[in-house]
Amino acid sequence: MVVSSTKVIYMDNNATTRVAPEVLDIMMPYLAEYYGNPSSMHTFGGQVAQAINHARQATADLIGAAPGEIVFTSCGTESDSTAILSAIQTFPEKNHVVTTRVEHPAVKNLCDNLEIFTSRKYHTTRLQVESDGTLDLQRFKDSLTDDTAIVSVMWANNETGVIFPVEKMAEITKERGILFHTDAVQAVGKIPINLKETAIDFLSISGHKLHAPKGIGVLYVRKGTPFVPFLNGGHQEHGRRGGTENVAAIIGLGKACELAAARMAEENTRVRALRDKLEHGLLTTIPKALLNGHPEQRLPNTSNVSFEYVEGEAILLHMNQFNICASSGSACTSGSLEPSHVLRAMGVPFTAAHGSIRFSLSVYNTEAEVDFVLEKMPAIIAKLRAMSPFWEEHQ
Amino acid sequence: MWEYTDKVQEHFINPKNVGEIENADGVGNVGSIACGDALRLTIKVDENQIITDAKFKTFGCASAIASSSMLTEMLKGMKLEDAKRLTNDDIAKALGGLPKEKMHCSVMGREALEAAIADYTGAILPMAQGEVICECFGVTDLEIIRAVKENTLKSVEEITNFTKAGGGCGKCEGRLRELLAETVEGLAPPLIGIKREKRMTSLEKIKKIEEVIEREIKPTLKKDGGDIQLIDVDGDFVTVSLRGSCAGCHSSRTTLKEYVEKKLREQVLESLVVEEDR
Repeated sequence: MVVSSTKVIYMDNNATTRVAPEVLDIMMPYLAEYYGNPSSMHTFGGQVAQAINHARQATADLIGAAPGEIVFTSCGTESDSTAILSAIQTFPEKNHVVTTRVEHPAVKNLCDNLEIFTSRKYHTTRLQVESDGTLDLQRFKDSLTDDTAIVSVMWANNETGVIFPVEKMAEITKERGILFHTDAVQAVGKIPINLKETAIDFLSISGHKLHAPKGIGVLYVRKGTPFVPFLNGGHQEHGRRGGTENVAAIIGLGKACELAAARMAEENTRVRALRDKLEHGLLTTIPKALLNGHPEQRLPNTSNVSFEYVEGEAILLHMNQFNICASSGSACTSGSLEPSHVLRAMGVPFTAAHGSIRFSLSVYNTEAEVDFVLEKMPAIIAKLRAMSPFWEEHQ
Repeated sequence: MWEYTDKVQEHFINPKNVGEIENADGVGNVGSIACGDALRLTIKVDENQIITDAKFKTFGCASAIASSSMLTEMLKGMKLEDAKRLTNDDIAKALGGLPKEKMHCSVMGREALEAAIADYTGAILPMAQGEVICECFGVTDLEIIRAVKENTLKSVEEITNFTKAGGGCGKCEGRLRELLAETVEGLAPPLIGIKREKRMTSLEKIKKIEEVIEREIKPTLKKDGGDIQLIDVDGDFVTVSLRGSCAGCHSSRTTLKEYVEKKLREQVLESLVVEEDR
């Protein structure tokens, strides 16, 4: 079965995004004509290195960094692993990592397995979140010890969009000589970030979350932060990440970063307004619909709504009939048998966790699409509730 | 995305026999909202022991809804004796197959049917008598052994796909492996006539812990200006947070281990370990 992109209403941008046409255009010549290796001595290769430098500058500009602080990687997951494992090797005398219970699997599973990686030397504190998905700063401060090597806390949560006070947290860790990493794959391009004014040591970016292609990521490494490479090899990225550069993707990412900077205002006004209209419409026209996550302290594009007493996969597949794309935190959609770890950490009751739907918008969404979704959703939920054995009991 | 057959899609988008039969002769309720799927099956049986009508209400994913819909279609007009012999595999086959991770949906349909027939005949359900092996989803050894036998399951992963057992915290994996070995070699206990002490499900355990904290521990701590809150229960690990004058108190560790943990072990489960949330 093939569904054309012209027909879909794509509201799953926290999963991945459309490659911007401008990004694709700028990449094509580097896949076809300019195939030289940027490390080569000849002009044919050297000109590719220049294009990469331009992309590096554009990437640095989007997050208020210096070009020398940008390391291109293959994905967000690689960036996360590089940062955390670097800190652990930097501090062999320490034994403690602090993270949260709501991290993306890229950080969560790494930290869960840290004890094994380090022959049971390291252990992890996973910070609890409040019911609105936010973090308690005092609890965070109390978790830090003299043995803490690194703190890894996401900038914004992929499921709820809730934003964590990572800038404040990094100030706190800096005072205590602890490194700070943030998985910012959902935040970069959606909210303004200026790393010059923060104490953040490491920051991860994923290209395909901001309209660049899949297979390209970035690790920001603050100048002066001790660093141990993850991929050892050639001198690429100043010896910080071996492996021949993914040239076209890097150049595409540079363009995507320029576009994101230019569209930052639109993201926080027009896209936010669309999201708010969608969310308000769902919460007011559908009974027993609940918002998951803090209403304000949140990305402008994300809305996570639970429809009580119905199951998420069933909702998604009905939406799919109308080519509406979104995600769910239900057990059945994940292939596991338990609902999302994020919603469980927030204490969302099972009646609601299984029926959670995440809508995540982008600049490519229109008001007509939002209206269409608002027109279809009440009947979908009503149909499923009519066959739910729990619905009548809770009327 | 799951690969569902056309038959599954059809029964999911336009399910047959949705609802509840008034004055039903047999009602079967299985699953729970915590587990992520539940089914209420109602049947009507005539004097010739033929199922004349069947309706369902299901909370669950597409394959759970499709399995329920297909089950009711199969049941209508079926002799009760034949219905007793219906297996989960019959339901799955009628749907043109289910993804392997979704086979438990067909198992749920069969269990609801058994429960409805038992309700009608007044018999006791044998499967629920077993020992709970998977506390997360409340699956008994008898249910697991039967699934292994009937579907010739060969791995723990397959057991999880068919019964959900082992799909939560994963702590019962060792027991599942043992059961599998015993069953395949024919060493398992006979399916009926065994009675063992029922183990608590996770939900029961959490409820009980909450109860003891609210009823006994909290009032005692409050006398000294302290307070306690239950944060999480993960298997046998209970995370609490001490508040008020307990927080930061030098003897808070003693309070935790000598009082809170002791009380919970006495009243809920001997193997509990209480830790403070930091």
